[in-house]
Amino acid sequence: MTLLAFWTISVCAICGVSCALPGCFLLLRRMSLLADAIGHGILPGIAVGVLLSGEVGGLMMLLGAMGFGVLTALAAQSLTTFGRVREDASLGVVFTSLFAVGVLLISMEKHHLDDCVFLGEPALITLDVYQWGEWQIPRALVTSLAMLLITVSVLALFWKELAIASFDPGLATAMGFGATRIHYFLIGLVAANCVTSFSSFGSILVLAMFVVPPATAHLLTDRLWPMLSCAAGLAIASAALGYWLASPTVLNSSAGPMMAVVQGGFLAAGVLFAPRHGIVAKLVRRLRLTLRIACEEILATLYRGEETGAPIASLALKDHGFSRSTVGLALATLRRRGFVTPGKSGPWELTDMGRRRGESIVRAHRLWESFLGRNFELPLDHLHAPATRMEHFIGPELQRELALELEQPGTDPHGKAIPPPADS
Amino acid sequence: MSELFQFLGVDYNLGVVLTGVSLLGAAAGVIGCFALLRGRALTGDALAHAALPGLCLSFLIAGERNMPTLLAGALGSGLAGIAVLAGLRRWTRLKEDAALGIVLSLFFGLGLVLLTVIQGLPEGSRAGLKSFIFGKAAGMLRDDLVWLAALAALTLMAVLLLFKEFRLVSFDDSFARVQGWPAGLLDFLQMLLIVVAVVIGLPVVGVVLMAALLVIPAAAARLWTERLGVMLTLAAGFGLAAGVAGTLVSARFERASTGPCIILVGAGIFLVSLGVAPRRGLLSRLWLERRLRMDAVRRRWHVFLYGLAKKGLKQGATFTAADLAGYSPGRPRLQRLLLRQALHEGELLHEGAQFSLTQKGLRRAWTTARNERLWKLFVRDFSDLARPLLHVDRPDLTSLVPPEIMEELVLALESEEGEAALSPGREQAP
Repeated sequence: MTLLAFWTISVCAICGVSCALPGCFLLLRRMSLLADAIGHGILPGIAVGVLLSGEVGGLMMLLGAMGFGVLTALAAQSLTTFGRVREDASLGVVFTSLFAVGVLLISMEKHHLDDCVFLGEPALITLDVYQWGEWQIPRALVTSLAMLLITVSVLALFWKELAIASFDPGLATAMGFGATRIHYFLIGLVAANCVTSFSSFGSILVLAMFVVPPATAHLLTDRLWPMLSCAAGLAIASAALGYWLASPTVLNSSAGPMMAVVQGGFLAAGVLFAPRHGIVAKLVRRLRLTLRIACEEILATLYRGEETGAPIASLALKDHGFSRSTVGLALATLRRRGFVTPGKSGPWELTDMGRRRGESIVRAHRLWESFLGRNFELPLDHLHAPATRMEHFIGPELQRELALELEQPGTDPHGKAIPPPADS
Repeated sequence: MSELFQFLGVDYNLGVVLTGVSLLGAAAGVIGCFALLRGRALTGDALAHAALPGLCLSFLIAGERNMPTLLAGALGSGLAGIAVLAGLRRWTRLKEDAALGIVLSLFFGLGLVLLTVIQGLPEGSRAGLKSFIFGKAAGMLRDDLVWLAALAALTLMAVLLLFKEFRLVSFDDSFARVQGWPAGLLDFLQMLLIVVAVVIGLPVVGVVLMAALLVIPAAAARLWTERLGVMLTLAAGFGLAAGVAGTLVSARFERASTGPCIILVGAGIFLVSLGVAPRRGLLSRLWLERRLRMDAVRRRWHVFLYGLAKKGLKQGATFTAADLAGYSPGRPRLQRLLLRQALHEGELLHEGAQFSLTQKGLRRAWTTARNERLWKLFVRDFSDLARPLLHVDRPDLTSLVPPEIMEELVLALESEEGEAALSPGREQAP
C-alpha cells in the first residue's frame, strides 16, 4: 500500500466514522433526510466562504457552511411551525432553494470548486499537505481527525441525554433537557461533519455516510452501543474496500462513489443475512415454526387414532393447510428423532417418546377447549379451531396452570378424556 | 414552429427551450401536488437521484447519446428505485426516511461510478452525461423537445383521466381500498408518474434541482387553496411561470445557468404565496390573530363595563375616568382606542368629567357578560361537549348548544347570580 493510498483511506475512514456516529441518532429519530437537506443546504455557505477568503477549505468555508447548515434546519422548522407547510415539503423547499443559490454563486466565480463540491474526489485530498518534520500530512487528515475528536467527545458527554431523546423525546422533555435543544445540537454536529466530509464524498454522497452504515447497523443489532460501533466499523471497511475497488488495477473508477456502492453492498448483505432482522433469518424462523407445527399435528393425529382405535385415513393434514412436501419433511424429521416408526397396522406408528409428546399436545388442546368452554359462551363447534392454533404454544407449565384453574377436569366439553400430565 | 417563435419575437433556440421548460414545469407541478398530499415530497428527490445509474447504463449499452434510450434507462432505474423503496419498507425494520436516504445516496453513488467508467471510454467525454446532474436546458435540441413534450402531455392526460381515482387515494387511501378500488395499483401509478416527471426533467434542470420542481410549485399552490382541482391548476401555472421566467432570467445573465434560475423563481413564488395567500398566508394569519386578540380585549372591556354598571346602580349611574381606567388591556394606546370607540358608537355618554352607559352600551355589555358567564358554566358543567367547541372567539352560545342545555345553563346562572339585575329588558324596553 502506498503512502497516498494510506492517507486517502484514513481520511475517508475518519470522515465516514464521524458521519456515521451522529447518523445513528438521526436514524433512530427518523430524521435521516435532514442530513440530505443539510448536505445540500450548506452549499451557499461554502460558496460564500470561498468567495470571501479566496481559498478552498479554509476556516471561512467551515463557518459559512455550518451557518447555512443550521439555517437550513431552522428555516425548514419554522416553515413547518409558522407556515404550516408539511414537514417533508418544507425541508424540500428550503434545501433545494438554498442549493440553487449555491450553484448560482459557484457558477459566478471561477474556482475549480464545481466537481470537488458536488461529486467529491478523495484523490484531491492528498494534494493539500502540511509539512511536519519529514512527514507530509494531508490537511484534510488534520481537520477530519479534529472533527472526529469533537464528535466523539460531544457524543460521549451527552450520551445519556441523546439516548433518551432518541428513544423517547417526550420523556427527555419531561426530564428537563429539552428534546428540541438536543435536536439543534445534533443538527450542528451533522452540519459540521457535512463540511469536513464533503471534499471526500461530495455534497450529495455525504448522505450515504450518514444513512447507510447506521441503517445496516440498525439491522444487525438492537442495542445502541453495538449499533454505533458496528456503524463505525462498516464505515471504515467501506472506505478501505471502496478505495481498493476503485483503484486502476481493479475497476478504475472514482473512490468516493465506490465507497457508497460498497456500503450498499454491506446493506444488501445486512438485509439478507442479519441475525435477527434479516430476510433469511426470518424465513428460517418461519420454516422451522411451520415444521414444528406440522410435526406436532402429525403426532396429535396419530395419538387420537390410537385413542379411538380407528385407522387413520390420511396424514396429509389437508385441513391445516400444509403442503405435501412439508408433511413429508415433518414425517422424516419425526422418524429421524425417533418419535414415529413405520408401523404394521397403519403406515406410521407412535414410539413411546412420540406417544408422550402427542399426549401432551392433545392434553393442551383439550385443556384449552375446556378453558374456552368455561370462560366464553362459545358454541361447541367453535372450540376446536382456536384450540388447534393454541395447542402448540401451551407448554407443561401453562398446562398445569390451566388444569389448576379448571379444577383438574377429566373431560373436555366434547366429552373426550383429557390425558393426564406427562410426569405423573 | 419557428414562425411562431418569430411571431412572438424570441430567438429560435430560446423558443425551443422555453416550450420544453414550460411543459416540464406544468407537468412537474401537477404530479408534485399528489406527491405532496401523500407526504412524499422528498420521494421525488430520491427518485431523481435514482435515475442516474440507468442513464449511464443505457449509454454504456447503446454506445451513443440517444434521447429515447437514455430516457428509457432513466425510467428503468427509477422503477428499480421504487422497488427498492418498497422492498426496504416491506422486508426490513428501516423507516421511510432511512429508505429514501438509502435509495438516494446509493443509486447516485452507483451512477457516479458508472459515470467515471464512461468518462474513461474514448467516446465518453462527448457523452455530456454530466449535464444530467446539473441540467443543461440551453443545450436542448428540437428532437429532445419532441420527446419531452410527448411525455409531459402523457402525464397530464393520465392525471386528467385518473383525476377522481387519484383524488380518492390521495385523501383517503383506506376508504379507496374498502370501496374496492385498486389502491395499490393507483399508488404505483402515482409513483410511476413521479419517475416520468423526473425523467423528463433530468436533461433540463438536472438530478438535484428536479426535486425542487416537484415540491415547490405544489407547496406554493397548497397555500392558496383547499380544493384539489384548483391546487393542480395553480401548481401547473406556478411551475410554468417559474420555468419561463427562470429561463428568461438566465438568458439575460450569461453566467447564470437555467436550472438554478428556474428554482429560484419558484422559491420566490413560494415566498410570496407564503406571505400573501388568503387563508394560510402569514399576513392573513397575522391579521386574523390581531382581530381575535382585539375581540378578546373588547369582550373583557364589555364585561368590565357591565361590572361597573352593576355597582353604579347602587351609587348613581355615572362614573369617572378613574373608574374607567380600572380596566387595563395592557397598553395605554389600546385603552384610549377602546374608550374612543365606545364613545363613537354611542355606548358611553360623556358629560363633563362624568361618563354614563347608554341603553345600547348597557345592552351590549349585558349580552357579552352574560355570554361569557354562560360559556364558563358550559365549560365547567359540560366539559365533554365543550371541548370540541372551544374556540378563541366565544360566539353566541345560544346558536351552538341545544335549547335544553341552554335552559339548564341559564337556570344555573340565575341561581348563582341571584337575579339578572341589570337585564335591560326589565328596566325598560330595548
